[in-house]
Amino acid sequence: MIAAAADSFEVEKAKLCRKIAELQAALNAKDQKLRELQTRADNYGAEDEVQFAPRDKHEALSNDDIARYSRQLILTDFGVSGQLKLKNSAVLIVGMGGLGCPAAQYLASAGCGNLGLVDYDQVERSNLHRQTLHTVSRCGMSKAESARIALLELNPHCRIICHSHLLNSFNAMHIIRAYDVVLDCSDNVATRYLLNDACSMLQRPLVSGSALKLDGQLTVYCYGEHGPCYRCIYPVPPPPEAVTNCGDGGVLGAVTGTIGAMQALEAIKVIVGFGDVLAGRMLIFDGNSCQFRNIKIRGKRPNCHLCSAQPLITGLIDYELFCGMNANDKDNALQLLGPEQRIKVLDYHNLVAQTVPHLLLDVRAPAEFEICQLPDATNVPLAQILDDSYIQRFAEQLKNKQYPIFVVCRRGNDSQIAVQHMKARFPDHSIRDLEDGLHGWTKLVDQNFPIY
Amino acid sequence: MMSNQNKPDLKIILEFSAGAELLFGNIKRREISLDGTQKWTIANLLKWMHVNILTERPELFIQGDTVRPGILVLINDTDWELLGELEYELQPNDNVLFISTLHGG
Repeated sequence: MIAAAADSFEVEKAKLCRKIAELQAALNAKDQKLRELQTRADNYGAEDEVQFAPRDKHEALSNDDIARYSRQLILTDFGVSGQLKLKNSAVLIVGMGGLGCPAAQYLASAGCGNLGLVDYDQVERSNLHRQTLHTVSRCGMSKAESARIALLELNPHCRIICHSHLLNSFNAMHIIRAYDVVLDCSDNVATRYLLNDACSMLQRPLVSGSALKLDGQLTVYCYGEHGPCYRCIYPVPPPPEAVTNCGDGGVLGAVTGTIGAMQALEAIKVIVGFGDVLAGRMLIFDGNSCQFRNIKIRGKRPNCHLCSAQPLITGLIDYELFCGMNANDKDNALQLLGPEQRIKVLDYHNLVAQTVPHLLLDVRAPAEFEICQLPDATNVPLAQILDDSYIQRFAEQLKNKQYPIFVVCRRGNDSQIAVQHMKARFPDHSIRDLEDGLHGWTKLVDQNFPIY
Repeated sequence: MMSNQNKPDLKIILEFSAGAELLFGNIKRREISLDGTQKWTIANLLKWMHVNILTERPELFIQGDTVRPGILVLINDTDWELLGELEYELQPNDNVLFISTLHGG
């Protein structure tokens, strides 16, 4: 009896904690909205004034500077002149995520005088494993604002300007002009082309990092006379289906941390002017085997549409159109199937309640299936659908055309691909996918079903 | 595989990184032997790879007769564009590395 009571206390406690966290996030989001509205009403356009206010030009280090930066001041390559250059510099970090957080952390603590932080997004719990400046209590707050709070605690001497909106073709030149160096810590192809084009036109070095799963890549574009731009290396954007984001592919925080920290290092080298900057070379990091590989990439492309002597692109363009992808890493809902080939999660729930015999195929990867699954589900990764090996495995169920087969995945995209493939083979069978997948299930059927 | 007795096989190393390996049976490094009696350019090598080791979604690797945009090709750690791209003639023990570009952060 006592044990049961203790158990129920634990459950109640967990519920309350979760509720409080949710309310906190909602409160932060509303606070953020209010702050934004207030700023806009009080001094419309003030951000730009702040941004373009002449930077203080420091001629000497204070005693506080000397004590704070002593360990790097004694480096021969860095020294007092390096510290002063850093103090007088302005760095723009685009994306306050897995790369931007460590990059900003090292730049602020090293004494970079002016940091601009760009991010339109808000802090979510699923960010915290790699976006190390944000905290549980700041969920719902703008990422730029949240990072600013953390950075000022590290180094109150750093001037930090938040740009809590999406960087686009209309504001990019205006914002970037005020900075000496730009860090590409973004998470999508369209923003990468946008940053490249703006940086090339304004002649700002672009320290570009990226990461996915256990891999990372790093290089510096638009640097020096012969340094290539992003378009020299990638004149044509990749097909959208070849692009995986961190939400779908996964990523380890220590990997984004590794690359982000090195972005800070390259930025410091560019500003201070020592060492060999990673331009015309690319660093490839394989976290699985812990191998770094430094490869030689081409220099400027003589016929580059952007940075050659005869450019075809002389102003910013529509990058979402150019890439055929949105300027964020959120997922777009696919529309492959007609309504008759799909079932709403609530209708499926009713079928289960009536104990209608059926087959439920969960086409996610085994690692995802392990996180959570519906009681009746059988794990058949999408690859086994697409290579038709599922046919043999479910030969019995496939004999009867009327036997209902349902397909589920995380959000209802892969399940459509699976149904489309299966329907091509078995056009008259009853094969449908669960609309909105497991996310829909949590939303409409069972709020206690975990979301990832 | 033994071929012509006068000319041994052309042995090279293929490597895949940052997800490109997923299209090739998830194997990151392969030592392969090509028929040493003929000349092997990268163009021929891509055809050979398509036929022999490309297991998943070929359109995510090959477009027309070259690699799709967003895949870097390195020969002995140097961008193939500096070495003649498709026309580069493979030498014994060459290392050819295919890297998918990452965009996440």
